[in-house]
Formats: sequence, C-alpha cells, structure tokens
Amino acid sequence: MDVNALSRGQFALMIGFHFLFPPITIGLAWLLTIVEWKAWKTRDPELERLGRFFAKLLALTFAVGVATGIPMEFQFGMNWSRYSKVVGDIFGAPLAAEGVLAFFLESGFLGLYLFGRNKISKGWQVFAILMVAVGATLSAFWIIVANSWMQTPAGFAMANGRAELTSFFDAVFNPSTIQRYTHTVTAALVSGAFFMAGIGAYLLRKNPNDGLARKALQISIPFGLAFSILVAFPTGHEHARQVARTQPVKFAAIEGLYSTKTGAPLVMFALPFTKPPQLKAKIEVPGLLSWMAFGDVNAPVRGISEFPEDQRPPLWLTFVSFHNMVVLGMWFIAAMGWGLIQMWRGKLWTSRRFLLVLIWSIPLPLAACQLGWMTSEVGRQPWIVQGVLRTKDAFSTTLTAPEVIFSLALFTLVYVALGGLYVFLLVKKVKAQASGQSDYAPVAQAEDLSILVAR
Amino acid sequence: MTLPTIWFLLLFVLLIGYAVLDGFDLGVGVLHWFVPRTDAERRLSINSIGPVWDGNEVWLLTGGGALFAAFPAVYAAIFSGFYLALVLLLVALIFRAVAMEFRSKVESPRWRRVWDSLFGIGSLLPGVLLGVAFGNVLRGLPLNADGDFTGSFLSLLNPFSVLVGVLTLVVFVMHGAIYLAMKTEGRMQARARKWIWPTWLLSVVIYIAVTVWATRLAPERFEGITDNPIFWVLGAALLAALIGVPYFACACKDALGKAIVCSGAVIACMIGLAATGLFPNLVPSTTGTINSLTIHNASSTTRTLTAMLVIALVGMPLVLIYTTVIYRAFKGKVTLTEESY
Repeated sequence: MDVNALSRGQFALMIGFHFLFPPITIGLAWLLTIVEWKAWKTRDPELERLGRFFAKLLALTFAVGVATGIPMEFQFGMNWSRYSKVVGDIFGAPLAAEGVLAFFLESGFLGLYLFGRNKISKGWQVFAILMVAVGATLSAFWIIVANSWMQTPAGFAMANGRAELTSFFDAVFNPSTIQRYTHTVTAALVSGAFFMAGIGAYLLRKNPNDGLARKALQISIPFGLAFSILVAFPTGHEHARQVARTQPVKFAAIEGLYSTKTGAPLVMFALPFTKPPQLKAKIEVPGLLSWMAFGDVNAPVRGISEFPEDQRPPLWLTFVSFHNMVVLGMWFIAAMGWGLIQMWRGKLWTSRRFLLVLIWSIPLPLAACQLGWMTSEVGRQPWIVQGVLRTKDAFSTTLTAPEVIFSLALFTLVYVALGGLYVFLLVKKVKAQASGQSDYAPVAQAEDLSILVAR
Repeated sequence: MTLPTIWFLLLFVLLIGYAVLDGFDLGVGVLHWFVPRTDAERRLSINSIGPVWDGNEVWLLTGGGALFAAFPAVYAAIFSGFYLALVLLLVALIFRAVAMEFRSKVESPRWRRVWDSLFGIGSLLPGVLLGVAFGNVLRGLPLNADGDFTGSFLSLLNPFSVLVGVLTLVVFVMHGAIYLAMKTEGRMQARARKWIWPTWLLSVVIYIAVTVWATRLAPERFEGITDNPIFWVLGAALLAALIGVPYFACACKDALGKAIVCSGAVIACMIGLAATGLFPNLVPSTTGTINSLTIHNASSTTRTLTAMLVIALVGMPLVLIYTTVIYRAFKGKVTLTEESY
C-alpha cells in the first residue's frame, strides 16, 4: 500500500465515521427547538420532559461529533499537504468561516442549553437551542461550500502553481453549492426525525401510555414526512439535474449510462458490471432520464464511453451507492407517511409491529447519508478538485507508508471503540428512560454529601 | 499595516485565545488526577469546565482554519511535518472530549476510573505536544525549497522543544489551578490552591531558562528586538502579570478572579513575545533563510485575505459578545445538578 491509498483510506474512515453524527445533531437541534418552544408556550410537563431527555442524547451525539470533527480539519494539512498548497487560497476560508460564524455559536450555546436549565429563563432556553440549531446548520453550509468547490470549482484562476481566488462570491456560490446544501441539510433533518421517532417508538412499545413518547412521535413524524419528501423533491432532483449539467461523467456513472443516448432511460434496478461496462437484469423507463435531467424526453445524455478512461470514476461503487440511497429515500417517505396515517387513525400508539419498524429504521437515514456522500466523492474521482487537481497528486510526499499505517490503525481502533461506546450509552439511556429511572445517579458517599449540600 | 501582517497578528490572537481559554480547561484536566479525592469532587472538577470547554476548543479549530486560509504553505508544512505528534494530539483530544461526556453515564467505579485516567492523559498531552511543536517552530525547522519538513519525528523531540512543552504544561496547570480554586469551595478549593504557588515558581524558572537557551539556539529571533516597542510593552506586561498571580491568589487577598486574568495575561504575553521574535517569519528554516516561510512568501492572495478579514471583523465581535454572556451565566461556584455530567 502506498501513502496515497492509505491516506485515502484514512480520509474515508474519518469522514465516514464523523458524518454519522452531525446529521443527527442538526436534525435533533431543530426538533428540540420545536419541543422547547412548545414546552415554553404550553407549559406542558410532558414536553418539558421530552426536551430534557433528548437534550441528553443530543449532548452525547454532539460530543462524539466534536471529538471526530477536529481531525477532519487537521487531515488536509497532515495527509494532503500538496492539495493544501494548491487550493489553500480558496479552500481554507470556508473552514475558518465555519469556526468564526457557526461553530462558536453552536458549541457556546449548546453549553448554555445543556447546563443552564436552572440558571436561565425558559425564553433564553428556547433561544439557546435555536442558536445551536442555527449554528449547526450554518456549520453545514461552510463545509458544503468547501466540498462543493471541489466538485464544481469556480471563482478562481490557476496562477503561481495554485488556484488563486478571483471572486469570493463565485467560489462560495459555485454551481453546486445551493443544490448540495439544501439536499444535505434536508437529509440531516430526516436523520434527526427518524432518530427521535425510533426512540419514541421504543418507549411506546414498553409503555403505550407514555406521554413523552407520544409527543416525540407527534412532533417527529410530520416533521420527518415533510423533509423525507423534500429530500427527494425538489432538493434531490435539483441536485441530480445540477450534476447532469456540471459533472456529466459523474452523472453517467451514477445512472449507469454507458453510451450516449437520446431519450435516455431511467434505470430503476440493475446489476452493474465494470468490465466490460454493462448493466444486467435491468428495469428501465425509456426517456425518463432525459426528461428528468433536461426536461425533454428526447434530450441527449452523454454516456461514459464518451469520456477518456483516465477521467472516469469507479463505475460500480458510484452506481450502487446512488441507487441504494434512492431506495432508502423512498422508504423514508413510505415509513413516515404510514406513521402519519396511523396516527390520524388513532392506531399508532398500539401498532407494535410498525413501531418496531420505526426503531430499526433509525440507522437508515444515516446509511443514506453515507451512500449519498460516497456517490458524491467516488463519482468525482479521479479528481480531488474536478478538472483542476488529480487525487494522486494531492497527498503529502513527506509521509512514509508506516506512518500512515500507524495512524490508520490507531484511528480505526479508536473509532471502533467510540462507535461501540456511543451505541452502548445511547441504548442504556433509552432503556433507563423506558424503565422510568432517571440516570442521574452520582456515586454518593457520606462524605460527598457535604459538598453537594454546601453551596 | 499590510494584510499579511494583519493576518499574522490575527493568527496569534486566535492562538492566544485558544491557549488562554482552553489552557485552564487542560489544566483542570491534569489536576483531575490530584485535586479531587471523591467521586463527587471529580464530578465537580469536570463540571467546572463542562459548559465552556467545547467553545474553548473551537479557538483551536478556528486557528487551524485561519492558518489554512491565510498561510496555506505554513499549514501544509507544519501539519504534514508534525504528523505523528498531531495524530497523538488528535487522539488525546478525542478521548478528552468523550471522557467528560461518558464518565458519569455508568455508575461502576471501574468505568469511572478508566475515564478519569483518559481525561487526565487527554488533558496532559495537548499542552505538552502543542508546546513541543511551538518550541520547534521557534528554533526553526529543516525545510527544503518546496517548504516541506525534512526532519524526523524524533528530531522534534529535542531538549529545547521538550522544555517548551514542559513550560506550556506547567503554565496551563497554574492557570487551571486558579480556575478550579475559583469554581470550588472548602477542602477541594484548598487543595487546588496549593498548586498555584509551585507551578508559578516553576513557570518563572523554566521561562527564564527557555529564554536564555533560545538566545543561544536561535539568536536571529532576538536581532533588533530591543528596538521594538512591542517587545518592551509585552515584556513589562508579562512581568506585571507574573507578579499579579501570587499577589491576587494568596489567601490574604483571595481575589482569584483577578488572579486568573493575570495568569491569562501571562500566557498571552509569553506567546506575544515569541510572536514578536518570529515576525515576519512564521516558520524559520534551519537550512538557510531562503527556505523560511514568512508572511510574504507563504500568504494567500490579497483577495482571500480581505474576504477573511471581513468575516473576522463581522464574526469575532459577535463571538466575544456571546462568549461573555455565556461565561456570565455560569459565574460563581460550580454545583452538581440534574444537568451535570
């Protein structure tokens, strides 16, 4: 294994693991804003308890998200120093902006929200969680700006061996920023909704009269349905159209279109093969792809064969990750839609089987996020910055393979442990809630009490 | 003042912000091994920084982003050059962050002992590693014509840089001890207080040693420094702040709030003085000044630096305002509530 392959593996591990947590944080922060707002306005004790409970889960998720987020920023310089030198004039600014304009807001107010319950008024409480949600959402914006620039670079000129900024606005609002941002944030909101709905479903299965759990579902299911629809249409659709226009080779790989066609069909199902490029056992709708991408059933869509081989992304992975994401997206609409119908009919609280389905659906939006991210990043290969810099020319030449093997092994161990501990503590917390115990249990010894009492 | 100069300043402002704020967090973490004796006291120690540590760490993240944006060549050279040290730093910061969150979630004393240890190590390593890294930058790094680091990991562990690492640790512990004493009462406060005086003395002794050593190792940093008014202002401020720490922290005065301002100022002045010596270099090269990374040859374009300045001027005042508001909300002694870790 060479430094390039190892560094790519390490980056994939670190971004993949990190990206499990921010979608939950973003979605949950907005849901908690609704919960806290309603609790403030109605003084409903169930809502108040709901807020307290999910605030703890937010804290747990956020902690792992932060812990795994710092390495992300360091990675570029550590493993991708040639990349950093070439694109630093453009790529660094959104990362710094994320800190200044978003992350300070998010983490500062999260501390206030989590620890301030007895120190600040209810109104401030709502404001604090709102700022967490706004901060998290802005944070996503700057990260997507940075990544979108790698997909569809704009607002720069190559000079002095590097990409130099010519227009900050064009670089920030490059041709894919808005489409990718709206799609990613709605996906995060779906993730948060399934997280809250699934945990609510678990609590309801333990106790169908649990008021807290009912509120959780009453809030998260309509929320989840709305954003499950939005994540597909218009945001997903518009993102796909943007890829068709600005990254035709990636689009061809995503859709499994190997030769240029007019009236290109939309592939609903297929088994892709890379060599020779072909789809087997495919089910397709003629003309639909042309129509969806360009609004005309007869519009030509360029196939992969039109592009030189050294510009094609890995076909199999791009195709498979995209199509599985789409399948999951349909599932989200179906699950949340069915949930809403059942709620309407007054049957949701006792639909034990459907509640079980909701529990097992918790990880699915996260899987969809991973698949979407893979589509995006794998589909951009062999470029690290589309058309500007190849991935193979970006890694740090000063590193040796043993160094990266060491760090990759270490991070793998740490992340496996973290993932396991996160799930363990999450389950423990939810179970404690289901059995009606508060998990607030200091190991109080006689001598400690004096400290607790003495103010 | 030119844009690269402004960004040199802002970068050190961010670094100072990080060191002053996360400095006491890390110090409290190291003292976690020594000051608290019971489980409730350990929880008090963690919860004293609970609501703020996360925001404090954002200064590091923002500093890293700003370095990347303003001086990409420096970011690339340092981060790839200090690879293994940074891997350790990252793993330490990961464990430290989750240790606070995970520790109180399970009642078993063994579980808590494990996280207490990881919290301690995770707080000790960042200070030492960042100090060693800073020491290496001060003495200069072997850079080639591409601005790449050509030394080895072991060459980073030279005695001078290790001493700077120890200095950083000791100063952070002093800073943390004052903070912990400020946030606690009774026996725990008394134990935290005992750490202030020895760490102060050590800080002074090591700082003098580091400075004298630096004049031998890297005399270029000191060329013409006595003609620079900033040197005298920072030097005087450092002296005043150093005197202020034991003066305000002593039991007779009992003005820990003022003492922590002084220890924060000590950190700020120490970094400020180092920056004065470095300017206009960011990373001096030991292979000839031609290879040094300076504000001139390592900076981004004027357009990027301007855009970033606008972002900083809009964002940082807001950050300072709400950070102040949040700190005020948690003013006073720390107590354990249902919300605590």
